[in-house]
Amino acid sequence: MTTPFICVKDVTKKYANHLALDNVSILVPKQSIYGLLGPNGAGKTSLIRILNQITAPDSGSVLFDGESLSQKHISHIGYLPEERGLYKKMKVGEQAVYLAQLKGVNKHEAQKKLKQWFKKFEILGWWNRKVEELSKGMQQKIQFIVTIVHNPDLLIFDEPFSGFDPINVNLLKEEILSLRDKGATVIFSTHNMASVEEICDHIALINNGKKVLEGSVMAIKQQFRTHKYEVFIHRNETADLTTEGYEILEREQVVDGSERWVLRSAIQDNNELLHLLLKAGHLISFREILPSMNEIFIQQVSKSKHA
Amino acid sequence: MNKIGIIIQREYLTRVRKPSFIIMTFLGPILMAGLMLMPALLAIFSSSSKKSIAVLDETHWFKDKFESDEDYTFVYFENESVDNLKARVQQGIFDGLLYIPMTELSVPSRAEMISKKQLPMSLKRHIQTAMKKEIESEKLHASGIDPDIINSIRSDVSISIVRLDEDGGERETYAEVNYAISFILAIIIYFAIFTFASSVMRGVIEEKTNRIVEVIISSVKPFQLMMGKIIGLGLVGITQFVLWIILTFVIYIGFSSLMLPSVDPQTLLASESSLISEQLSTLPEMTDGYLSKVFEIIHSINFTNIIVCFFIYFIGGYMLYASVFAAIGSAVDNETDSQQFILPFTLPMIAALVVSNLIIDNPDGTVAFWFSIIPFTSPITMLMRLPFDVPFWELVLSVSLLVATFIFMTWISAKVYRTGVLMYGKKITYKELFKWLRY
Repeated sequence: MTTPFICVKDVTKKYANHLALDNVSILVPKQSIYGLLGPNGAGKTSLIRILNQITAPDSGSVLFDGESLSQKHISHIGYLPEERGLYKKMKVGEQAVYLAQLKGVNKHEAQKKLKQWFKKFEILGWWNRKVEELSKGMQQKIQFIVTIVHNPDLLIFDEPFSGFDPINVNLLKEEILSLRDKGATVIFSTHNMASVEEICDHIALINNGKKVLEGSVMAIKQQFRTHKYEVFIHRNETADLTTEGYEILEREQVVDGSERWVLRSAIQDNNELLHLLLKAGHLISFREILPSMNEIFIQQVSKSKHA
Repeated sequence: MNKIGIIIQREYLTRVRKPSFIIMTFLGPILMAGLMLMPALLAIFSSSSKKSIAVLDETHWFKDKFESDEDYTFVYFENESVDNLKARVQQGIFDGLLYIPMTELSVPSRAEMISKKQLPMSLKRHIQTAMKKEIESEKLHASGIDPDIINSIRSDVSISIVRLDEDGGERETYAEVNYAISFILAIIIYFAIFTFASSVMRGVIEEKTNRIVEVIISSVKPFQLMMGKIIGLGLVGITQFVLWIILTFVIYIGFSSLMLPSVDPQTLLASESSLISEQLSTLPEMTDGYLSKVFEIIHSINFTNIIVCFFIYFIGGYMLYASVFAAIGSAVDNETDSQQFILPFTLPMIAALVVSNLIIDNPDGTVAFWFSIIPFTSPITMLMRLPFDVPFWELVLSVSLLVATFIFMTWISAKVYRTGVLMYGKKITYKELFKWLRY
């Protein structure tokens, strides 16, 4: 793992009668896209608010690029909350400039940069329109721009794709990836597991205020592998399929006499499994079926519920 | 620019640019002048519809004793039947019939007023007074007192109140004018504080319901946002008043140079103007003597004092109520829910208005003193007392208490606010609010 950009250590946050975060520690590597997952009420928003210094933890610490998190880091963070909105009666451009100014960008600079972004997103024509005239999706675009206009080192997106159509979701994804490539670290909170698989490098799963899982997406998938494989094969008529090494769960005929198998292997090593399979026939393709993040998510959350 | 400055700027500019602000700025003084002209206009209006009253006096005591004036004409009848005259009232020839029937007693004591439409109370009083006077002097005459002596005893007294200044000079005061100013000041500051404090609350609720608040407080501290809003809106209020004063002054100068070409505008410029001037100077039937009296009255009022104190109390009262209202706004999800929390804070202000009669009656009394010291009522009550001169130490005490209270309330409100703005969709109770104070 590369050097952590954000280091949350043993953070606990208690509200009047419930524990929102219970000794949570996470490490967000620099220049990664870090998915913060968890069911509703798990404590994601509490953690995000602590990162944004909207609330302070009861105990524990947060390091921002090695330094203790403080007010001076506010201008280095861009935050797109889940519950987001704009002043309805205000003009789009004016409002965007205002929000950028609050992040410490001077007025002139803010105007210049915002116009560039507006041009890139093809919404420059909205500059002088009132927010209430725009659709929800249009407003989301503006909020996204406002979040990133001050070139923050850390971006925090809470359910960024809700309310966007698929075309704009794509646009946003590309933008997020390119921001990471330019050096930003992204924390990404979502329920949408498909988008997690697509863009996250690392994830942490939080449930009931506790961290359940953390690691790179690949490593976690490996960790939860079920040793299932999908194999296309020209079966050798004489081969014995009742081997000790694997169990065929599904078997179906595909065109030209080849078969598709789904099998569970008892062997840890893929090479050994291949050896066994080669004996069974002429191998066309071989793929390990890794669990989806969605499956892991549901499995882990329901496991901790039963515990 | 620091962040609180940016917030103030936004709050101020978005409001000042609103058409409603611009309209109110120009309409305010005109409405105010109109309001004050109303009585005069009504007087003119009502006098144009002169009422004629038929008088049938069977006792013959009151022949020609009711004098016709600009409002009523009295027409006397003898040897007419009541029914006949009633029919004429019915036909609308007369507005009313005053019927004084014959009595067994030596002195009449009863009369009937017959009319189709309701006649004004003033007519009843007018007739009552005239009859009483006549009967009284008749009785006095019967007991042997010369009516001339009676008339010489009866006299109209007008009292002009002269108060001694600190430096021993004498100054004539006009109690009626002071009453009027007192009431107007109390009502203006009451509405001003509520209007602007409520718009702070609405602003907070707006930010909360459209969910922009979380974006903003990731950039600034909740306290900065709250104070920025309070100060920004307060400045809007001050701007409005300054514009009103300037406009009224311009209207006054224009008006007085029209009415009093002989008065040197320079001397008028030297004295401050006020809204009351319009009322006084636009009364109908102005004679030169009357007009100069009006200007004398206007000049007798210490406007600098009143305006300075008005601003001090507006700022103090506004800051106090605005911070409370901001906290309430942060705790609720919509304006309807805010009512239960607002009420305990509005009650003192309403109480101050309710006791206003007491205070004007005795501006240096105990009630007046305490109401003008307690911070939740002092902006209203102290301003009411102001035209009657208030000891300096009381002013200082009242203002310092007000300032101390608003600082304290702002501190409390900030605590409620920073928890409240992030709470959505939850009905808040007082118990909960107290809990937030400890977060």
